[in-house]
Amino acid sequence: MDSAMMLEKLVLIVVILAITLVVALYLTFGERKIAAFFQDRLGPNRVGPFGLFQPFADGGKLIFKEEIIPKNAEKWLFILGPGVAMIVATITSAVIPWGTSIELFGRTIALQVADINIGVLYIVGIVSVGVYGIMIGGWASNNKYSLYGAIRASAQMISYELSMGLSLIAVIMMSGTLSLNEIVSQQPGWHWNILYQPLGFLLFFVSALAECNRAPFDMAECETELIGGYHTEYSSMKLGFYLFSEYINMFVSCAVISCVYLGGYNFPGMSHITDPTLLGLTQVAVMFAKILFLVFVFMWIRWTLPRFRYDQLMRLGWKSMIPLALVNLVITGLVIGIMKF
Amino acid sequence: MSELKINQNGQLTSLDTVDGEIATLNLGPTHPATHGIFQNILKVDGERIISAEPTVGYIHRAFEKLAERRPYQQVTPITDRLNYCSSPINNLGWHMTVEKLIGAEIPKRVDYMRVIVMELARIADHLVCNSVIGVDTGALTGFTYVFQEREKIYDLFEEICGARLTTNVGRIGGFDRDFSPVFFQKLDKFLKEFHIIFDDFTNLLERNRIFMDRVIGAGPITGERALSYGFTGPNLRAAGVDYDVRVMNPYCSYQDFDFDVPIGKDGDTYDRFLVRQEEIRQSLRIIHQAKDNLPAGNYHGDVPSFFLPPKEEVYRSMEALIYHFKITMGETPIPAGEVYHSVEGANGELGYYLVSDGGRTPYRLHFRRPCFIYYQAYPEMIKGSVLSDAILTMSSMNVIAGELDA
Repeated sequence: MDSAMMLEKLVLIVVILAITLVVALYLTFGERKIAAFFQDRLGPNRVGPFGLFQPFADGGKLIFKEEIIPKNAEKWLFILGPGVAMIVATITSAVIPWGTSIELFGRTIALQVADINIGVLYIVGIVSVGVYGIMIGGWASNNKYSLYGAIRASAQMISYELSMGLSLIAVIMMSGTLSLNEIVSQQPGWHWNILYQPLGFLLFFVSALAECNRAPFDMAECETELIGGYHTEYSSMKLGFYLFSEYINMFVSCAVISCVYLGGYNFPGMSHITDPTLLGLTQVAVMFAKILFLVFVFMWIRWTLPRFRYDQLMRLGWKSMIPLALVNLVITGLVIGIMKF
Repeated sequence: MSELKINQNGQLTSLDTVDGEIATLNLGPTHPATHGIFQNILKVDGERIISAEPTVGYIHRAFEKLAERRPYQQVTPITDRLNYCSSPINNLGWHMTVEKLIGAEIPKRVDYMRVIVMELARIADHLVCNSVIGVDTGALTGFTYVFQEREKIYDLFEEICGARLTTNVGRIGGFDRDFSPVFFQKLDKFLKEFHIIFDDFTNLLERNRIFMDRVIGAGPITGERALSYGFTGPNLRAAGVDYDVRVMNPYCSYQDFDFDVPIGKDGDTYDRFLVRQEEIRQSLRIIHQAKDNLPAGNYHGDVPSFFLPPKEEVYRSMEALIYHFKITMGETPIPAGEVYHSVEGANGELGYYLVSDGGRTPYRLHFRRPCFIYYQAYPEMIKGSVLSDAILTMSSMNVIAGELDA
């Protein structure tokens, strides 16, 4: 790996990180605007044109707010919690292929930070670590409501990871690779995995909602029961990190869904574009369109449905989702077996 | 999660917890789900509630004592602050109580006007309660739509009396002025458009699978237990007992109107929700009938010793001036005696027990506040259920802190 390559990757990391952060910032704005749209309100419209600078005002406010650490909280873990949540949220996007490649300064730059051959495993693994941020924060707060939120969140995330993993395995069986880049490039044109794995898509989508702690699975926050759930005791930018990581998680989840099931950067008629740079940029745009559509669906669900009760949520996870995922797996296996004959 | 065994009297027979550890959880006094200031000290095993110890009195303002120092017409603003989601019912109930004491003849028109106002208030109250059940299950959207309709009802109140929330509507003997033509225009518009939003709200929640799973079986109470606690109103009707003051003991010409009394079966949160939904529809029916058959006549009864004379009269005639002075100073003669009057408040039988010794103020006034009674049953209703259900039970009983503590 030469130094130019290192530099190229470094720039790519910084760019993707910046884009992720800005997108997450604007997702908070989008969420508020979309919620307002669903609820027949106006939403934020004071800061800047159409309220577009609202996220920066919010961020500035959170940074300058007084920092309160409860007296009986476990101080270092209390600080570590949001940090873990934030770091985990930001590093997930490393394996996501945003497009094939673009040509810049005579170099071909792959639009993916790391094309590792176990991309899917990496994502599943990193997402599992995410629960530690919530658990540590909820436990360290030394507040019963926080602890409730943390317990609910960890139980929920562990249960729904199973169905998430099982529905992913079906895709892996089809494509025969763990590399996210490979999975995407195997879905050219309209040959999206959602057409071959509709049940798997549904299961993965629901699990993703649960993994992101989004309604109807927002057990961890559940403001009417647990006040703020795991972040009840948090203030200033530490609270901001938690909220922020939630939006980054949502963004990355939607990116993974569109990679695995919706063909990622692929779109019909892709072969007509010959200029590699133009192609790369179009692919990025298509990818973003898919992601933002999914994000909209996430928000749509949140502002429409009531939330589950904790035991109903666990029942749904263990008694419906996992058996269905297993059935999906068996069917996929059978079909692949028959096709091979 | 261990099963806690609870016998028929609601007592815990087994403390068969997971690890024998019981935590104490303070639900309130300031908690986002306790719409008002209540404290509940819960003993919990994980998510399951073993026992609850409710506390009352956080916003006790000694209304009954305050009333003993106030002339009769000055008690009305106090009643505003009981169940502030449906103040007009409290105001008019108090006026009717005083009218019962002084034996005033009230024209039919006033009765019908009162019915319109009270049924509007009932709709507003039920809208708040049902949408808040939605909010507590996490569905915030229905709430925002329904509250716009509630705002329209408040616009109507504003048209009648100038106030929106704490209305202080009407006077002893009738209303201070007649309904304006603008009021009728707005009422017609409201009646025509209300069902659009209301049907949307109904469709959003009533048959929603997640919502039904949440509310069916949450905080149930049998009709028998409800009666022995003294439940009234929608909460009793949800438990399957068809008791409605408007039908059983008609006041304010309710016997003239044709409406159904919906009842539930299990007395759980879903039944309470459905009963309130249906009552909103029935209230609309009553309003339609009252509006269409509104009799001609005066907008107040002939009670010169309580109903302020018109201002121009006060400047011109001596009697009017004397009455104006005496009413304002609370010096009008009032018979000694005691009287109980109850109205079907938005969340139960709201009773006024008034003792008069002939003085300028009530000798003793007691409000029979349904919320106070519901709250007594709360520990029994949530025993053995999970935390989420306890919160739904609270919101579905529509316990209003102002009325609970008086």
